[in-house]
Formats: sequence, structure tokens, C-alpha cells
Amino acid sequence: MSELTSLTIAQLRDGFRGGDFSAREVAEQYNAAVASARLLNAYTVETPDDALAAADAADQARGGGELGSLAGIPLGIKDLFATRGVNTTAGSRILKDFKPEYESTVTANLRKAGAGMLGKLNMDEFAMGSSNETSTYGPVISPWRRSDGGNAALAPGGSSGGSSAAVAAGIAPAATGTDTGGSIRQPAAFTGICGIKPTYGRCSRWGIVSFASSLDQAGPMARTVRDCAIMLEAMAGFDPKDSTSLDLPVPKWEAGLSSDLKGKRVGIPKEYRIDGVPADIGALWDRGIDWLRDAGAEVVEISLPHTKYALPTYYIIAPAEASSNLARYDGVRYGLRETPEGGNLDAMYAATRASGFGAEVRRRIMIGTYVLSAGFYDAYFTKAQKVRTLIKQDFEKAFETCDLILTPTAPSAAFGLGDKTADPLSMYLNDVFAVPASLAGLPAMSVPGGLDEQGLPLGLHLIGRELDEQGVLNAGLAIEERAGFTAKPKRWW
Amino acid sequence: MADATAPFRIKGETGEWEVVIGLEVHAQITATASKLFSGAATAFGAEPNTQVSLIDAAMPGMLPVPNRECIRQAVRTGMALDAQINRWSRFDRKNYFYADLPQGYQISQLFHPLVGEGEVEILLDEKDETSGKRVGIERIHVEQDAGKLMHDQHPTMSYVDLNRAGVALMEIVSRPDMRSPAEAGAYLRKLRAILRYVGSCDGNMEEGSMRADVNVSVRKPGGELGTRTETKNVNSVRFVMQVVDYEARRQVELIEEGGAVAQETRLFDPDRGTTRTLRSKEDAHDYRYFPDPDLLPLELDDAFIEECRSSLPELPDAKRKRYEGLGITPYNASVLTAEAETARWFDALLETGAQPSQAANWVVAELFGALNRLGKGIEESPISPAQAGELLGLVADGTISGSIAKQVLEITLETGEEAAEIVEKRGLKQTSDTGAIDSEIDKILEANADKVADYKSGKQQLFGFFVGQTMKAMQGKANPQVVNERLRAKLD
Repeated sequence: MSELTSLTIAQLRDGFRGGDFSAREVAEQYNAAVASARLLNAYTVETPDDALAAADAADQARGGGELGSLAGIPLGIKDLFATRGVNTTAGSRILKDFKPEYESTVTANLRKAGAGMLGKLNMDEFAMGSSNETSTYGPVISPWRRSDGGNAALAPGGSSGGSSAAVAAGIAPAATGTDTGGSIRQPAAFTGICGIKPTYGRCSRWGIVSFASSLDQAGPMARTVRDCAIMLEAMAGFDPKDSTSLDLPVPKWEAGLSSDLKGKRVGIPKEYRIDGVPADIGALWDRGIDWLRDAGAEVVEISLPHTKYALPTYYIIAPAEASSNLARYDGVRYGLRETPEGGNLDAMYAATRASGFGAEVRRRIMIGTYVLSAGFYDAYFTKAQKVRTLIKQDFEKAFETCDLILTPTAPSAAFGLGDKTADPLSMYLNDVFAVPASLAGLPAMSVPGGLDEQGLPLGLHLIGRELDEQGVLNAGLAIEERAGFTAKPKRWW
Repeated sequence: MADATAPFRIKGETGEWEVVIGLEVHAQITATASKLFSGAATAFGAEPNTQVSLIDAAMPGMLPVPNRECIRQAVRTGMALDAQINRWSRFDRKNYFYADLPQGYQISQLFHPLVGEGEVEILLDEKDETSGKRVGIERIHVEQDAGKLMHDQHPTMSYVDLNRAGVALMEIVSRPDMRSPAEAGAYLRKLRAILRYVGSCDGNMEEGSMRADVNVSVRKPGGELGTRTETKNVNSVRFVMQVVDYEARRQVELIEEGGAVAQETRLFDPDRGTTRTLRSKEDAHDYRYFPDPDLLPLELDDAFIEECRSSLPELPDAKRKRYEGLGITPYNASVLTAEAETARWFDALLETGAQPSQAANWVVAELFGALNRLGKGIEESPISPAQAGELLGLVADGTISGSIAKQVLEITLETGEEAAEIVEKRGLKQTSDTGAIDSEIDKILEANADKVADYKSGKQQLFGFFVGQTMKAMQGKANPQVVNERLRAKLD
């Protein structure tokens, strides 16, 4: 059996259950693929034994026991998820070699479903970035290259850049991601894969290194909409250890998949037609509208008037929460500790944090500290909270006249590594379409729609009502079926 | 003794000064064995870092989950202070760096506390019902405690013990309603008594389960409020009173010398009874409070509130009034209700059917004295309420006399024997046998003919002498009433 690494999760599952191949064969092929793709810098840790052990357990269970929904499937795990006994560093030097004694709820759920772990995936430091260039391990290189014949290294998007690159390069059938302001959807769009951020609270945050608590949400990144549904079902669920976790049963999303959108109204927000977006993206958006119409949906124009404030709002709230969430990395109990000769406690804090955090993380801690400071709190933080409420209300109002919202995922295709590192604001602009759904806590997904004129993938973005992951997945499926996106990066690594 | 209700004034060079005091009391919720947001244990005196969960140590990705019982105890405490219970409250983060604060922030409640305004009634003079005063409560919020630094374990490094990190505290903030060290002391004692009645906090100040930040300012009586200082973490009633006294005098002296009181945080030195600057207002942290995004707002429903209310015990003031209604003197009632343990013990004694006022007298005069000699608290009393009830019953029905009762109590305390058994075995039963009593009286009158003559010529006070002699001769077992009657019959 060759090329197991080209199969989807659904195909792997069905082939394994049907006896076409063993889980061990799958794990072995993936382990080999992972080892042969180190040029991409997607994995920070490889855990072939973990993948094999889970595979062997699945093979044994196939003989008689009950099989979990992901039995025999090895996955890549973003380095933000705590994995017992395996380095968990959030892409940061300050957590260098940190091995937790605990397993995040989401990865524990995946393991319970039978999944194994291929390794930990590179990411922007503390999930702060849109290109995977802020990682202490260096950038992930996208498997995609422009069709111009040049070999410029491209960004895989971020912060889940290791996850997107691994899935696109065929060195993981699927991977976990986390999304605070687009960190699942933008990298998925950049690499031609699917990724869904569920409703805030669907996936437990317990054991996921916090960036911005009120926004952080885990989700799957996979090659197909169906694979996203399968994996999200395994990841989600109420967790009493997370106070913000939703105490609701997990819907059967895979079983509920249907690309028939009759009776559905798809909203097109007029405010998302922003200047400076390449024509290719506008054209893809129009094709997306046609595809959904073709699937039976009615298309309506909607207004999300506060969209233009979403990005500044996000860049107040997320850094504010991060500045507090990251205070625990102080060199006292774990992680990096720098003790300057003759220095006191304050000197240890300063040296540890200056040396342990990269420039982007330091920038956001400073922004966050500033906006929470006495004298600035109301002007920034309180105001941002109010705008966040207005943005939520925009969506509530829009969902009175539509069931789903379609937009592009990102304002551009993948850019070159180094292109935007000198200009944080242009980097932040990458999340302009993704951030409003994050602020509103709504489920949202990126699905590949086609290639731009340079041969790079572009994504379409679907935003649903709170808890309506099914609606998002179904519209994603309708696009997937019509887009016929089969392009793969040509192997150069 | 000075009049406890007279205004407390500090006499300065420029005249009299009034002191204004507010207390922020941090009371550990000892009713539950786990922390505010984690399941770790909270026992006092455990080995360092043995009561620390992943959450308390602020490991990456750990999240707080409120402990329902902590919230319940804080709500019950609020109710006992007659305070507004806020159905909707929220946790905020107070951000600052210190090695004993693993998260880099304390989870507290600044903007929307769990409990709002209430009050505590204090008595400045236990014997005087009219010496009452109300001290306002501004708010109670719940928050996490920090860990502890240990500076004496290594020559150049400090160690951190996180056992206390994350322990649930109630911060009970009073209004600046107190005007003397005595009032501050009375308030703190009363508050502690209420917490113990409610059961939310054991009030043990030595073990740190209760401590106070003392806010003090001075002013000319009735004038504008002065600048206050805050003395942190004072851990006994006596120390709080010392802080008030010291701070008030220090401030008066400072102002009268032409200086100004600085708004600052101070530290108490219990060895010297003085306070010193910890940090000035300029060095104050900017805590960057903001709502904790890891936690949802706390919303209390009717059933929860109702359960809190119905599970409250009878509180000290109500109990005192009930005791007074039973004919117990105000002083005894006040003493018996001052501590929850005493009141619980006394209630158990009343349940045996003991006559209330006699029982109260006996507990306050006899039992307290005996326990004092033994150095024991009432909760460790060797005589149980049931045994005491039996003993008092023997006095009430005339089986033994009051003085024999004292002997029996001593024996019970020593041996644990039941009163009836002691009386029986040692033949301590009181006798009303007039024959035996008369025969002893006759002997005494005969032997003291001179005193009989004196008595008859008007020295009435000698009557007591004859009673004493008769009782002695009867080894205390004679019924005093019968002795009185027989003596009168023979002498008058």
C-alpha cells in the first residue's frame, strides 16, 4: 500500500476499518514523511513512537474492541497544546524544553478517539503573528511556491503555520490549530486547506497556552470539510475545568453534512469590499457567491457597519489580555530563568522576560500594559469592549436577514518570508476579515476556492450564527464540491 | 476605669484630636478544605509546596474554576452582616509581579463585588446596653491569597512556598466609622465572632486566617477628614489597637510640628509596637485591574440565595436578646454569646432543662474560672453540657448545695465522673435532716456563748458566722435554707 499520506481522514478511517491497511502502516508512512520534510521546519518535535503506539492500539482494537472515531489516524499538534511529557513551548524561548505533566483537554479528547501524535507543530510565538515568523524555532516555510519559476520562500500564514504547512505538504493528515484572530483560517487559506474555528466555548481551553482568553479557540485544520467535521467532533465538548466552556452536547457534524443549501440565505457584507485587495480575491469572492447560489442558497447584501473598527478593537483587547496572561512567565517556577550577577528579583524578571520573549510578544505585552494603565484604561480598553459589543450586535442584526456570511479569508495570497516583518501594521491587516468573527465568538471557516494568477491558493471564509458550525460546514462543503480545488504544492523539499 | 463610651481624644499641643479608623479585614474561608479556584488543600502548617495544584502554580494553560462552597460562605457571611447580596458579580485581575504571586495577577473583585453594604453592631461596654454603635460595611469581595517567601532558607536566595497561593479570602471593608482603639478592637472581635458563628472563617489570627489592614487618619473633632495611612497585615486584635494608637499619636505629632501625613502603606513592628513606611503613594503599583477573561460573571439564583439564608445559624445579637428574654443578665448574655463555641455549649446546656439564669451564672462564674485554671477553652471542656446539666439539676432539686457543687465540678473536671455518681459515692448529698442540723447548732451555740450574747445585743452580722460554723460542722452537706431557718428559730 503506497501513498497513504495522500488520503483524507475519512479515507484513512474507512480503509483502516475495511482492512485495506493497518494503522501501523499509516503511522509508519507518516513518520517517514515527517522525517523527510524537515526543510519545511513545520515540526518542532517529532514523536514517531507516540504515533506508532496509538496505531498499534488501534490495530489491536480493530480485532474486537470499540474503535474511536480517529482510531488509526496520526495527527500533528500545534505546540500551544500541552502534551504530557513532550515539549510544549508555544514557540517561545521562555518555555524552552518545558515538558508539562498534563495533557490538554483537546488533545486528550483526540487521544481518547484513538488518534496518535506525529509531533508538535511550529507556530508564531504565543500564537502572535500571521506568518509563523515570530517563532523561536525560525519560520516555517510554506510548501507552496509561486508559479513564476522563482523559489522565494513563502509564509504558511500564522499563527498555526506549522499546522497549515504540514497538512498542505502531506506530512500530517490533519492538525490542531488555535484561532484568536484568524490563526486557523488565514494559514488554511494560504496553504489551500480547510480550517474551522468553532463557536467560542466549543473546545476547552484547558491545557492550551493562553494568548487572549476571551478569543482563543481551538479547531481542526485538514484537507477537506468532512475531515474538519470528523476532527472537530472529537475535539469539542464541555469541560468543567474551563469556566468558559459551553455545557452543550457535541452535534454529529459529519453525519449532518449536506451541500444542499436550499432555503439558506447567504449574506455578503458590503463593508468587506475594501481597497487594496487584489482583483483575484474579488473575483474568487464572486465565484463563491455563484457557487452558493448554485447550491440553492439565496444571496443577500448585508451591512456590518462596525467592521472598520474590528482590527483596532482586536489589537487592544488581545494584547491587554495577553499582557496579563503572559505575566506568569517570570523565571520563578519553570521555563527560562536569567539571573544577572548581583541582581534582585526585579532584575531577574527583566532579564528573563527580555531574553525569553521575542520582539512581537514584547510589543504586544507593552501595548496591552499600556491600554490597561491608569489614565488610559477607559480611552482604550473600555472603549474597545464597547465596540466589541457593537460588532457582536452587527452580526446579530445581520443574522436576522441571512443564515451565513461569505467573505474572502485574507486580503492577499501568501506573501514572502520577510516581506512584512518590518511593518507590524501591514502584518496585522492580514486578519482584517477574520477578526470580526473572533470578537463575536462566532464559528467561521476557511475553504480553498482556487489559485491566484501566481498559482497560490486563496480561501473563502464562511461565518455562521453562534453554535451553527453545521451551517458553516455545509456551506463549506458546497464550495468544496464546486471549486474542485485539487491543486497540491509541487514537492521541492 | 475610664468611661468606655466617652469620646476618645488625643491631646496635642494645639488641642484635642479625633482619630478616624477603617479596617479592611482579610478572612480566609476556612469552611472549605479547597482553594478559591482549585481543588488543592489548605491546611495550616503543611510542608511547603505540598498543597499546590497546577492552577495554583500557574502552569501554562491552566484555568481557574470558582469553588461554589467559597462563594456560598461569602454570601452567608454577607447575610450575617445584614449586607446587600449582589446577584451579579464578577472577578477582576489585579496585575503585579512578585515571586509569591504565580499568575502575575491576583484574581479579586474590584468593580462588581459579591457583597455590598452592611453593618456590624458593637457594644463598647458589655454591661451597658446603651453603649452600642453601628459600624458600616462598605463591601465584601472574594479573592485569592498569595504564597509566602521564605528568606531564611539559603544565604543568598529566597524560597517560595505556594501552599497559601490561591486560598480563598473574603476582604471585608468597613466604613471609616471607628473613632478609638477600643472601637476598632470591639469591631474586630465582633466581626470575628460573627464569622465563627457563620462558620465561614475560623477567625484564627495567629495562623493568619484573619488579618487586618488598618486605615488611620486624624482630624480636629468634627473637622475635615485627614490624610490616611494604611498599615498592612496586622494579625491580632491587640496589635490593631496598638497600630491605631501609635499611628494617631504619630500623625498628630507630625501635623503639630508643621509636617503633613503622607498617604502611604505602612508596616507594623510587633516587637516595638510601632509602624514604619513600606511604600509611598508614588511607589504604588498600577494594578491594571480588568475583568478576568477566564471566568464568567457570577450569577446567583433564588435557590442558592435561599439555601444560604436558611442555613444561617442564630447570630450573636439575636442570641443575646433571646438569652436576656430568658432572664439572663445582660452582662452574662453578652459574655455567653461573644464566642460561637461558648454559645453552642451554653445552648446545649439549656437543652438539658437547666434553669437559664442559674445556668448562666454557673457557666460565667464557676465553669469559666475552672477552665481558666486548666488553661482550656470551652470547646475542650472536660465537662460536657449534659454532665453540667446533671450537676445543676442536683443543685436545683436540693440534692446538693452550691458549695458541694463546686467540689463536684472539680472532681468531674479531674476524673470525668458523672455528678450523681460522685455525690452518691462520696456521700455528698445535702441533708435537710433538722435533727442532725439542730444537734450541730446546739453544740455551736453552746461553744460560742459570748458571740450569742453579742448577737442578741444587736450584732446582727454575726448571723453569718453561725451559718458558716454550722455548714462547716455539717461538711457543707446541710441544706443552707434549713440551716438558716433553724438558726433563726433558735437565736431570734
